[in-house]
Amino acid sequence: MFEFCVDPKTLEGISWIACYLTTPKHQSMYWSVLVVLLLIGLTAPFTMLLGFFGAWLKRSVFLPFQFMGWLYTSTVRGVPELIFFLFVPIALDQLVELIRHKIKCSDWTDAVYQGNDFVVCTAAKMPLGEAEQWVHHTWNFALAVTAFSIVFGAFAANIIDGALKAVPKNQLETAQAYGMSKRQIFFRVHMPQMWVYALPGLSNLWQVLIKGTPLLFLLGIQDIVYWAKELGGLKTQVYQYPHPDIRVWYFLGLLFFYLLLTWISQIGFDRLTKIVSKGQATMGGQAATGGRV
Amino acid sequence: MKKLILGAAIAVMSAGVAFADTVRMGTEGAYPPYNFVDDNGEIVGFERDLGDELCKRAGLECTWVKNDWDSIIPNLVSGNYDTIIAGMSITAERDEVIDFTQEYKPADPSAYLAVAGTDDSAIDGIVAAQVNTVQSGFVAKSSATLVEFATPDETIAAVKSGEADAVLADYSYLAPIAAESGGELILLSPRPFIGGGVGMGIRESDTELKDKMNAAIDSVKADGTLNALLAKWFPEETSIHSAY
Repeated sequence: MFEFCVDPKTLEGISWIACYLTTPKHQSMYWSVLVVLLLIGLTAPFTMLLGFFGAWLKRSVFLPFQFMGWLYTSTVRGVPELIFFLFVPIALDQLVELIRHKIKCSDWTDAVYQGNDFVVCTAAKMPLGEAEQWVHHTWNFALAVTAFSIVFGAFAANIIDGALKAVPKNQLETAQAYGMSKRQIFFRVHMPQMWVYALPGLSNLWQVLIKGTPLLFLLGIQDIVYWAKELGGLKTQVYQYPHPDIRVWYFLGLLFFYLLLTWISQIGFDRLTKIVSKGQATMGGQAATGGRV
Repeated sequence: MKKLILGAAIAVMSAGVAFADTVRMGTEGAYPPYNFVDDNGEIVGFERDLGDELCKRAGLECTWVKNDWDSIIPNLVSGNYDTIIAGMSITAERDEVIDFTQEYKPADPSAYLAVAGTDDSAIDGIVAAQVNTVQSGFVAKSSATLVEFATPDETIAAVKSGEADAVLADYSYLAPIAAESGGELILLSPRPFIGGGVGMGIRESDTELKDKMNAAIDSVKADGTLNALLAKWFPEETSIHSAY
């Protein structure tokens, strides 16, 4: 990075640290912060969508839908995340490749599953073998977002379902008495009032999501925890910047990074809580407006 | 006539495939001097040099992929990359799941690393090894207590912190660590001979790639290129410098 970094083994003190912290490998770590933020940012809206969908299934009066909702939330919440993240992306990847294989290589005569091997024609590979590395990374990233959304969506479904049930029934009956349609009741009365019950659960989920990103490495995506381990580990003279095991410093850095994220999120959730509590007949609502019911 | 058309069609198809084919080389990137990520973020090491040379000789376009050791075989069989070139010893158990090329590094003794002052009886105490390695299998069968770790790095940390009495790993990985520890870490005298040589893992169905790689390994063995690479990356193991 700097001009004096040409021969790292002659450096000492501050200049060694300056050169060390700006190696391309360290820059990969700084970039991975963005990867983590992007993953959280993309997963959160999909999680909410799946959460609403799951809650809708669970609350449906049509029994098969109800059963599907129950199956989704129970199985996903019951399976250990580590197993889930090993299985779902590989299964999804194979499903996509299998579909592409059926379309693009219909004249293929060999079996797709040969013993342990999963073999599709070259044209059906997703992404293609000759594709650039960033395409592979993006595809893996998309698989990761999908897997994360499915897992956290199941938790969100339960939270939203519970919050919808917590809204006082007389609020809905009043709305009905005013002659509102089912749709109007849901969007004007039921959903606006359920947020105050859902937010504590959702903020928990958000924190778990933030901390869950190291699972990305199972999918070949390097997040900051991976880089902290890799960079901080013992380096012999084979490396340009040999050093003993200094992972503790990297982990201290991670600690501050995650605490900062938590702190910022908490401020955000506090504000949201204030907003959704306004005018509600709850303790928070009264305290927030200072009024009486 | 029909056969002729079929033959021509296959020739055209395979020519097209050969042109579009990029071989993805899967490695761990955490096991110097076999394979590791240098300060430029590039995968380097003995296997990088060798792999690039093999691809050149086999006329293949190769890209390098880093993958966790734990899931390195599942990701090969599901087709995320085409080879495993990660210091993997050829064993009967692995051979049931994947295929191996011929060896490109002969079997060499493993070594135990421990903190200075430890005597050789430590090998029957608590021994750390990386998960799913020939060494972890060896410790599990011995009278010692096995503790496993996901990465080689963590096995060393376990010995330093006193969590384990010794680490069992390849001599070539442990020797520089002991030499550069300033007397803090030593190699114990037992040098068990575990597992076969190191080979490249390839899907069982991918016989074409296996044949190409085998031919390329033959060629680097024949003209001394492989010996030179072994001497460059394993300078202390003089016994293997003229292995082929």
